[in-house]
Amino acid sequence: MSLLTVSGLTKRFGGVIANRDVSFAVASGELVGVIGPNGAGKSTLFDLVTGFQRADAGRVTLDGADVTRLRPDEIARRGVARTFQKLRPFSDMTVLENVMVGAFLRTADVAAAREAAHHALTSVGLADRVDAHARGLSTGQRKRLELARALATRPRLLLLDEVTGGVDQATIPGLVRLVRELHAGGLALVVIEHNMRVIMELAQRIVALQLGEVIADAPPSEIVRNPRVIDAYLGQAWRP
Amino acid sequence: MKRAALVVLLLAALAFPAVFTLPFPRHVMIMIFLYGSLAVAWNILAGYCGQISLGHAVFFGIGAYTSTLLVARAGVSPWLGMLAGAVLAVIVSQAVGFPVFRLRGHYFAIATIAVGEIVQTLFINWDWAGGARGVFVPIRRPDSFVNFQFNESKAVYYYIALGLLLLGLAVTRRLEGSRPGYYFRAIREDQEAAASLGVHVAREKLRAMALSAALTALGGTFYAQYLLFIDPEAVFPLSLSILICLVSVLGGVGTLWGPVVGAAVLVPLSEYTRVWLGGTGKALDLVIYGALIVLVAVAQPSGLVGLARRLGRRSPPGQ
Repeated sequence: MSLLTVSGLTKRFGGVIANRDVSFAVASGELVGVIGPNGAGKSTLFDLVTGFQRADAGRVTLDGADVTRLRPDEIARRGVARTFQKLRPFSDMTVLENVMVGAFLRTADVAAAREAAHHALTSVGLADRVDAHARGLSTGQRKRLELARALATRPRLLLLDEVTGGVDQATIPGLVRLVRELHAGGLALVVIEHNMRVIMELAQRIVALQLGEVIADAPPSEIVRNPRVIDAYLGQAWRP
Repeated sequence: MKRAALVVLLLAALAFPAVFTLPFPRHVMIMIFLYGSLAVAWNILAGYCGQISLGHAVFFGIGAYTSTLLVARAGVSPWLGMLAGAVLAVIVSQAVGFPVFRLRGHYFAIATIAVGEIVQTLFINWDWAGGARGVFVPIRRPDSFVNFQFNESKAVYYYIALGLLLLGLAVTRRLEGSRPGYYFRAIREDQEAAASLGVHVAREKLRAMALSAALTALGGTFYAQYLLFIDPEAVFPLSLSILICLVSVLGGVGTLWGPVVGAAVLVPLSEYTRVWLGGTGKALDLVIYGALIVLVAVAQPSGLVGLARRLGRRSPPGQ
């Protein structure tokens, strides 16, 4: 059985249809990429899966259980963590405190949460910044912070909204390596990514969205040959 | 070092009534403790959890009216009334919070003002509760602890007020070092991000509101027993809600000591200008308050505690 199943999800904002009948599945330990031009409905899809938006139609199930109408915190408790496209650190708290908030999902004990937070921060390579205020971090470091915060909730499924967006070229390889390590550790991931080289390298399967609809769902090697994906997103340069 | 300073401060506070035997300096200290404890209570909801309430007089008034009506109409000890007031304030806070917490930022603040005005109007028109004329606490002699009345000397009131302040500080301190405290601050910083990490935002806000309301109501009962007379104009006014907020903002919101520092600055200012200037200077303290608040907002939004921290960082280590 799939870990995450999305079937027939539809979301309208007034006259705009952000998601139309979107269906796909993610198996345990799988890494699925989501691509599509701006406005294709990628972030809305994440919002629907994590309970931040309410779907007009369709279902989201996790291990077979319907989670469509649950609140964001209930979905987090069931093991789905996410990051946001626009970074949302707790600016006035330290790096360690930020991550402890995530760790508190699994323990009420402060010492245990602190230890879990240290562990998560070490795994993303931020162990030397634990006492810094989140507002003082660079964009790349904030991405790592959000990752650590999400990981501290001990998710089974992690939704990453743009891993490499807004960071400089030199930072990208480190972030990609980090995502690959998480995947190697058995975590299932869904990754929205605009950098095609990165997503081709990472994903086992790619879901392509255009104007809120799934136009392709296939392994990367097939996605780059799909004429609809090329027309909608990749452009002629990709045509083999 | 810091611990030693706190111990000295606490000992000085305990010894104060022995040194200053006149009523006025004791009264000023009692007011500092009272407003300090109200600001500490407000700070839990507004400073830590980021929900700016301008209706906290509601909980103060509920505390004052519950104990006063219980003692005046049924002869119940104000100590029990104090507990009853806190419980009632918690119930009201949850009933009010449930709808009002759907609003954010300015809209939340405006809604709390509206709630405050509604409750004040209700009490003005509620005859059984004394209406606009208010209620007297029946005078009992001689002084007794059970009656929560000490007409011979202000010293006992002084220690009770100090106790209220210390209780508020202890609750805040405990909060800072526990999961709800982290959740409150996360909600203040970004409630969507908090929710994505499994924080039940609505429940945590209600928890902050309950703690804050209960502590505020305790202060209301104290006020009633100290002055032995209350009316809606004295315990439910918007000006009180705003004052509680100002004390905290001046001292530094979201910090343990900020509200105490704010009270220690604003209360003497108000009491002494009142005494020195008498009737002619009636609102001068408010003019000075206003100027101070503008100054804090422009120059040092984190309040006096923030200013102290900044100065502390600037001086070289070891000094």
